[in-house]
Amino acid sequence: MNVYAREPFDTVDTELSAQDPWRGFLPGSWTREIDVRSFIIANVTPYEGDAGFLAGITPRTADLWEKLKVQLKAERDKGGVLDVDVSTPSSITSHRAGYIAEDLEQIVGLQTDAPLKRAIMPFGGYRMVKNGLEAYGFKADTSLDKVFPKLRKTHNDAVFDVYTPEMLACRKSGIITGLPDAYGRGRIIGDYRRVALYGVNRLIEDKQAQLKSFELATIDEDILRAREETAEQIKALKELVKLGEIYGFDLTRPAANGREAVQWTYLAYLAAVKEANGAAMSLGRVSSFLDIFIQRDIAEGELSEAEAQELFDHFVMKLRIVRFLRTPEYDQLFSGDPTWVTESLGGMAIDGRPLVTKSSFRMLNTLNTLGPAPEPNLTVLWSEHLPKGFRDFCAETSIRTSSIQYENDDLMRPYWGDDYGIACCVSAMRIGKQMQFFGARANLAKTLLYAINGGRDEKSGAQVGPALAPVVGDVLEFEDVKAKLLPMMEWLARVYVNALNSIHYMHDKYMYERIEMALHDRDILRTMACGIAGLSVAADSLSAIKHAKVKIIRDERGLATDFEIDGDYPAFGNNDDRVDEIAVWLTETFMGCIRKHKTYRNAMPTQSILTITSNVVYGKKTGNTPDGRKAGVPFAPGANPMHGRDKNGAVASMASVAKLPYAHAQDGISYTFSIVPSALGSTGEDRVDNLDSLLSGYFLQGGHHINVNVFDRETLVDAMEHPELYPQLTIRVSGYAVNFIKLTREQQLDVISRTFHGAAN
Amino acid sequence: MAQQTNILAFRDAPRVPGFHADGGHPARRPVAHGFVHSKEAGGAVDGPGIRYVLFVSGCPLRCQYCHNPDTWHMRKGKETSVRDIVAEIASYSNFLKRAKGGITITGGEPLTQVEFTAEIFHAAKAMGLHTALDTSGYLGKRVSDEMLEDIDLVLLDIKAFTEETYREVTGVELQPTLDFAKRLSALGKKIWLRYVLVPGLTDKLDEIAGLAAFAASLGVVERVDILPFHKLGEFKWKECGREYKLADTEPPSRELVEQVRTIFRSEGLNAH
Repeated sequence: MNVYAREPFDTVDTELSAQDPWRGFLPGSWTREIDVRSFIIANVTPYEGDAGFLAGITPRTADLWEKLKVQLKAERDKGGVLDVDVSTPSSITSHRAGYIAEDLEQIVGLQTDAPLKRAIMPFGGYRMVKNGLEAYGFKADTSLDKVFPKLRKTHNDAVFDVYTPEMLACRKSGIITGLPDAYGRGRIIGDYRRVALYGVNRLIEDKQAQLKSFELATIDEDILRAREETAEQIKALKELVKLGEIYGFDLTRPAANGREAVQWTYLAYLAAVKEANGAAMSLGRVSSFLDIFIQRDIAEGELSEAEAQELFDHFVMKLRIVRFLRTPEYDQLFSGDPTWVTESLGGMAIDGRPLVTKSSFRMLNTLNTLGPAPEPNLTVLWSEHLPKGFRDFCAETSIRTSSIQYENDDLMRPYWGDDYGIACCVSAMRIGKQMQFFGARANLAKTLLYAINGGRDEKSGAQVGPALAPVVGDVLEFEDVKAKLLPMMEWLARVYVNALNSIHYMHDKYMYERIEMALHDRDILRTMACGIAGLSVAADSLSAIKHAKVKIIRDERGLATDFEIDGDYPAFGNNDDRVDEIAVWLTETFMGCIRKHKTYRNAMPTQSILTITSNVVYGKKTGNTPDGRKAGVPFAPGANPMHGRDKNGAVASMASVAKLPYAHAQDGISYTFSIVPSALGSTGEDRVDNLDSLLSGYFLQGGHHINVNVFDRETLVDAMEHPELYPQLTIRVSGYAVNFIKLTREQQLDVISRTFHGAAN
Repeated sequence: MAQQTNILAFRDAPRVPGFHADGGHPARRPVAHGFVHSKEAGGAVDGPGIRYVLFVSGCPLRCQYCHNPDTWHMRKGKETSVRDIVAEIASYSNFLKRAKGGITITGGEPLTQVEFTAEIFHAAKAMGLHTALDTSGYLGKRVSDEMLEDIDLVLLDIKAFTEETYREVTGVELQPTLDFAKRLSALGKKIWLRYVLVPGLTDKLDEIAGLAAFAASLGVVERVDILPFHKLGEFKWKECGREYKLADTEPPSRELVEQVRTIFRSEGLNAH
């Protein structure tokens, strides 16, 4: 919603000059209000053809990319961090202009004054900054010690002021892990397109009108917060104008052509990544928006196809080098050096037209021109109604690069409309109208062990959960365990939601994302995005308890720390309702527990079934489980079946995952699918058709998300031994593409040991 | 579950309630169970689209290059009811239709358990699924015309084109396979021909040319797949305690595979 900034009787000048930025665009409600969707629907040109029109890489792009590759190699050779500006806390305007090669760059702007030079962002937590610097061999600027936290408290300090002992214990034991209490929460997508379409002045006018709308008879805490936040948003927009000036652009006005549209959109995004080091800094859904400007240029004879591709290539190069200073522990949790610059492509409009444009192709084509890469995190919003030419190009590109993830637009559109984007991996949100309070995840497998052990941690022996009655017999009985699991889940949900409330209260207070929120409406939907890890371990454990005989082995402390399974049990991932129903029950039940609690800012509670690559860390922190998994062994990622237990083929595995109800996991359900090329068909054409068919079948069944990896096991083994030969090898893990050679050896082995859906014969 | 001791025991097994009570196929002897080696929901290389692939156990051939020697003996498979398999296929039926696939029965040699195979095809056809039979054709005589009505496509493995080579490769005679192929041709039944190319064993180009001419003369061969020999099944031979004669044979060169494909293409066939 936006507030009218114009007087009702103003007449709008419809005579547009040749220089007018909106020349040739069909009007709609977007001309009166900030409403990018209305602009897209009125002006988009869906493209139903194939990839034949695409241009290759230009010499200028090739030259620039080579220069950047040298820097990327230097970064790798230096152990992951090339350089850091240790003394300038990052802000929208903190650094002077920086370039890779100014004469070659068609789209400009860097986070600092040099490529891959990282900035410090101390407002999340200064200790994290110092640890990050020291770990990578840099020296912190001691003058900042006087500022943080003495003069300026950080988000991290504030959260630890209010955490309860119970929350701290859960954090320490790892039953809740990955909480954004020392770094930016991320998963907020500013509507960066607004800057290109309206120019910043119009956006400031709108925000000023919003501020006025908060002049009320009673100015209570909520209104004060709204007024302060809006005032901060206006300041941030003014800083964005300054950022434009640093690079020689006038962002106060709308973009007048394709190049400006890309540049304006990128600078708005750049302002966000200069101000916030969110775990995921996603881009939104910009390609088909930009296409409208680009197609106009092409129609006016101002731009060739090669030049259009160049704009995307140069834009994408910038997105590939977004960097934050993080600690090695953080990278261990999330793998590699991720930023989740997620860009959503395709999907259908509510009026039935595909939102696929030539620029959807151009964006995907960067995987060909520049080669595969984990960033930007290219996400195809899949519908069975998408044009065949686009589906084929996606499948082809997937098979070649493993760099695309797919999410079910037909499932999400009824929830989120036709202008949502994916934040991070699987979290859908209406762009500019919705944000989430990212909540990492709770460990369901460990919760089950707590239920068996009366709230004591199986590793430390500490009483972390409530001291409820433990299982006393020598054999686990299903009904007994289930009855004990329920109150343990209730307890965990209570601690978890309260911890998230603490975090997000303080995040808003000490590390408010001014520019991202300035690119949102006044009134937005907030979700409290909880999550679960270890779903398949917990489901298989309960299945083993129910269908086989699981004997308890207790240690000297009297804790159940090992289990002996007698007999077979149905495992999740085989399309067997006897266990799939347990997984569904766990999902619905835990969501039900979460829903009981009051959330900060009345956020709508949701949950994801997603681990990214933290399945490895979760596994490390969890003892032996009743399904036969040994202590320390990684969990399956996201909603995946446990490695090697899905024995009936890919479709059976997909069928099990597709049963998990999106209604009770609206923050997304992640599934990672790996296949060797030869199992996908004997010819290239067969492979494209068959991948397309697999996706259609999976999504028809209600599957939400799928990562597609197509490669040989041998390739990965070789890449482990010879990382220098595979600088661009990308694999997809649970909603995110990672650079394989940046994974720890442990994570690499985990990826390799994971089920490859090869041919059974 | 009662232990079945021989295939004849099937024939007196009770009919599965709810299946082809139409009586329209007097020749069919319904069986309730069969022996299954494994199942794969999601095969993409055994017929068009994404398929539910049933590997039944039992095979009269002893191919030197067999990659599934663990499927030779019927009773080493798991006794499985028709009803369970049909229920499982039904659970995938929407997926398979959307994925432009269907079901494929392979093995082993599915025709060693011809009644079992026929039951499943009949039920799959009733669900509107595309059906494919993957066979050597050696037991083709066992297939009734009624059964063929339930089969959309035959993946026919012709492993050699002279009696001498065929016997060397498989241990049995070739003629029944050729007879079956001609019968399929007469009925207008679509065939995808498969040929495993093994250096030193099945790489005689004149023999291959004969096979290509024969295949073209059938008029129903939609596609030819040249499958380069691989040794991925070698470990299974060791597990079965058998000697693997091809341990020293290398996969064919890319050039040889392409040469063989060209032979088929020169007969106007669609060879991959």
